[in-house]
Amino acid sequence: MTAATASLPENALREVDYSQVDVARLIGELRAVLPPVALLHDSEDMRPYECDGLSIYRQVPLAVVLPGTEAEVAAVLKICHSVGVPVVARGAGTGLSGGALPHAHGVLLSLARMNKILNIDPLARTAVVQPGVRNLRISEEVAPHGLYYAPDPSSQIACSIGGNVAENAGGVHCLKYGLTVHNVLRIRGVTIDGEVVEIGNHGLDAPGYDLLALMHGSEGMLAVVTEITVKLTPKPQFAQCVLAAFDDVIKAGEAVAAVIAAGIIPAGLEMMDQPATAAVESFVHAGYPLDAAAILLCESDGTPEEVAEEIQRMCAVLESHGATEVRISRDEAERMRFWAGRKAAFPAAGRISADYYCMDGTIPRKRLGEMLTAIQGMEKTYSLRCINVFHAGDGNMHPLILFDANVPGELERAEEFGAAILDLSVDLGGTITGEHGVGIEKINQMCRQFNVAERQTFFRVKAAFDPKGLLNPGKAIPSMNRCAEFGRMHVQGGQVPHPEIERF
Amino acid sequence: MTDVEQTWAEQIREAAASKTPLRIRGGGSKDFYGQPLAGTVLDARAHRGVISHEPTELVVKVRAGTPLAELEAALLAEGQMLGFEPPHFGPDATVGGCVAAGLSGPRRATAGAVRDFMLGVTLLDGRGNRLHFGGEVMKNVAGYDVARLMTGSLGTLGVLLDVSIKVLPLPVAEATLRFEMDALEAVAQMNRWGGQPLPVSATSWMAGVLTVRLSGAEAAVTAACARLGGDRLSEQAARAHWQGLREQSQGFFGGEAPLWRLSVPSVAEATGLAGSQLIEWGGAQRWVRTEQDAASVRARAAVLGGHATLFRGADKSVGAFHPLPPALRSIHQRLKHSFDPDGILNPGRLYDGL
Ligand SMILES: Cc1cc2nc3c(=O)[nH]c(=O)nc-3n(C[C@H](O)[C@H](O)[C@H](O)COP(=O)(O)OP(=O)(O)OC[C@H]3O[C@@H](n4cnc5c(N)ncnc54)[C@H](O)[C@@H]3O)c2cc1C
Repeated sequence: MTAATASLPENALREVDYSQVDVARLIGELRAVLPPVALLHDSEDMRPYECDGLSIYRQVPLAVVLPGTEAEVAAVLKICHSVGVPVVARGAGTGLSGGALPHAHGVLLSLARMNKILNIDPLARTAVVQPGVRNLRISEEVAPHGLYYAPDPSSQIACSIGGNVAENAGGVHCLKYGLTVHNVLRIRGVTIDGEVVEIGNHGLDAPGYDLLALMHGSEGMLAVVTEITVKLTPKPQFAQCVLAAFDDVIKAGEAVAAVIAAGIIPAGLEMMDQPATAAVESFVHAGYPLDAAAILLCESDGTPEEVAEEIQRMCAVLESHGATEVRISRDEAERMRFWAGRKAAFPAAGRISADYYCMDGTIPRKRLGEMLTAIQGMEKTYSLRCINVFHAGDGNMHPLILFDANVPGELERAEEFGAAILDLSVDLGGTITGEHGVGIEKINQMCRQFNVAERQTFFRVKAAFDPKGLLNPGKAIPSMNRCAEFGRMHVQGGQVPHPEIERF
Repeated sequence: MTDVEQTWAEQIREAAASKTPLRIRGGGSKDFYGQPLAGTVLDARAHRGVISHEPTELVVKVRAGTPLAELEAALLAEGQMLGFEPPHFGPDATVGGCVAAGLSGPRRATAGAVRDFMLGVTLLDGRGNRLHFGGEVMKNVAGYDVARLMTGSLGTLGVLLDVSIKVLPLPVAEATLRFEMDALEAVAQMNRWGGQPLPVSATSWMAGVLTVRLSGAEAAVTAACARLGGDRLSEQAARAHWQGLREQSQGFFGGEAPLWRLSVPSVAEATGLAGSQLIEWGGAQRWVRTEQDAASVRARAAVLGGHATLFRGADKSVGAFHPLPPALRSIHQRLKHSFDPDGILNPGRLYDGL
């Protein structure tokens, strides 16, 4: 080891081998702290937990635990800590980056049974919930108070709030109302040594470092979240949506920038290209114009007066930027119909293709046109189709690469296609993931987005919470060794990138 | 690395080798904030200027030594603003100081805090490494959110080189209304209004008067004025009121009595501390001028579900910030150690031993 790596935890250098875990001792100790229903270790029983939403990766763990209380979570973690076993937390398993993929020699810790809403305070506009509560359920339960929980991932009927924190989930309305990190006040969590920590509080800030921000998007690597206080938002009185059609995707991209430049922050600003509208139209009949190269959905919410004023401004901008057609939702039913198509984009992809692979890069809005053009080229290079739906307002793209895993070579081509999109996202000044997380899926691309000193910093941050590196090892942050391997595979013109960096 | 960055990186490495503390300083406008200062000054103002501002991206990337006033003027020219309305506390305030102090102004309760607008950061850590985290895009979950971690860390984790911040369009219309009521009723009212779809952008209560600012579309502000009633302030008086709060130039903040900031749940009952108080942030921020001892102020804040900062006071030996529970304290120490293993960056400014 050189001086530069001397203070790094072992897991920063290379992936640790856990194959020597004492399984009998582990199961015996877990059995002593959990009721029988909360411990599975028969491989058939564990099958439902072998993958998350990224089902191309599958792995059965050593055991699945389903604690019902924070005390049980702490007891499980203490055992895993003392035995030296990896732990992977799991919410609803809707993640799209393999974050909840089990570890072959580890314990999968499901928070599904911790699904109670503990307290709703309508005056303070907060709800205290357990991590297994589904995102949409919060809004349903607080609706009688005229409130809702703003972040609305498309998976909101299924995904858990704990998983939302771990991925810093976003949604259609995040442009105006913020991501998960902007809507959570406080978290209780358990660190790997079984210690309960409270991060944030019911006020608007907490003393010391902003650990609450650090926990968001940390992919189950720092602590297991056991309780969350979310901020609730008053339901807007009224909402209206504009559907604008364009004969060119680049023009649609420019119109997005123009709306923002006009000082408007829409409640939602989404874009779909023609293949995407065609795919959903045959499925949900949203009434989208099928001859348009791209459509934009642009929503305004607030008081009726405010919405009328804003819709008028939006339409003016869209029309002056080449919209070939502008429709304003006439009633709530029509507004829901406009959105139904957008929200059905993923299932629609599933209907027209045996498999699809969802990417998540975010790029500066002004580069949208370039990215879309490049993707068209890649469709030819990899002989696969790609449809585009995305959170245009914040530059977060979700290209869906269509493939058939049963056709030899297609999965590999889809993965290469995806990697090319991620590389381009970095080159255009963006990031490889806007909201789905790195997980196992994008771990190699992390080597491109961050240099060695930055990745070492990530490992040190992790070690501040989890010195032994037992929480979700091998995910999110690539080891030095992995990046060296990845670099070798991507030797360009006989030149190893960064030859000055020590390889392990 | 630029020349300045190179020089600073070397200065940091030398300081680390000899374990001599560095005191990172912008305009010095917040020297009063936090715990006592120590170390050789590293003057952050040498690294200044807006790097890029693309109004259509709602993002500005700016060197940390840039005067905050210069940044705000550049944004204003494009009809934009910093959504968190940061206090300057003097003409020399820099962007880096603003981020490191993590202080937000009147708009905080509705628009968000400094941390909510942080998108990316480049910094030099205590090893002299130049590190970049986050970026200029709105959504980014690649790696831990080190950019937000920097807000409020008071320079104890790194020297900020540049930051990328999300900006907001200026509201089309604003109005400020005034109501006479006692503190208890004011807190209840702030919370009731907070639960309704009203364009409230700031609230304050002092000496029997509740002041509410509305910001948004013309139609929304007009409708809300009609609904809430109260006395409408002239534009000039309104500006003076919010500016006085933001910059603490208001009478309440004058004088010598220690100034405590209690951050509590918005619905918290009265602080019950001796001395005068000023309420902001929909009830979630309570300023108290009190001579009461630190332990009892902190105990009271904790009972209310929050924490207390000795914001301004002659004697900071009681600790500027609320003590951390042991488990969090060890995480803080390990984080500090991971960014600054030799403990040379603003040591002790946030907590003793950090
Ligand atoms: C059809 C579809 C649409 C989607 N749309 C969106 C969208 O619009 N926006 C968006 O952001 N995402 C979207 N997603 C992705 C996914 O739903 C989100 O990432 C969601 O936040 C994951 O929640 P989950 O409960 O399913 O977490 P899981 O998949 O179970 O876990 C995700 C990660 O969180 C960790 N984790 C889970 N619970 C905890 C806990 N209590 N403590 C610590 N770590 C924990 C896991 O270890 C894992 O790393 C979509 C997914 C699908 C399938």
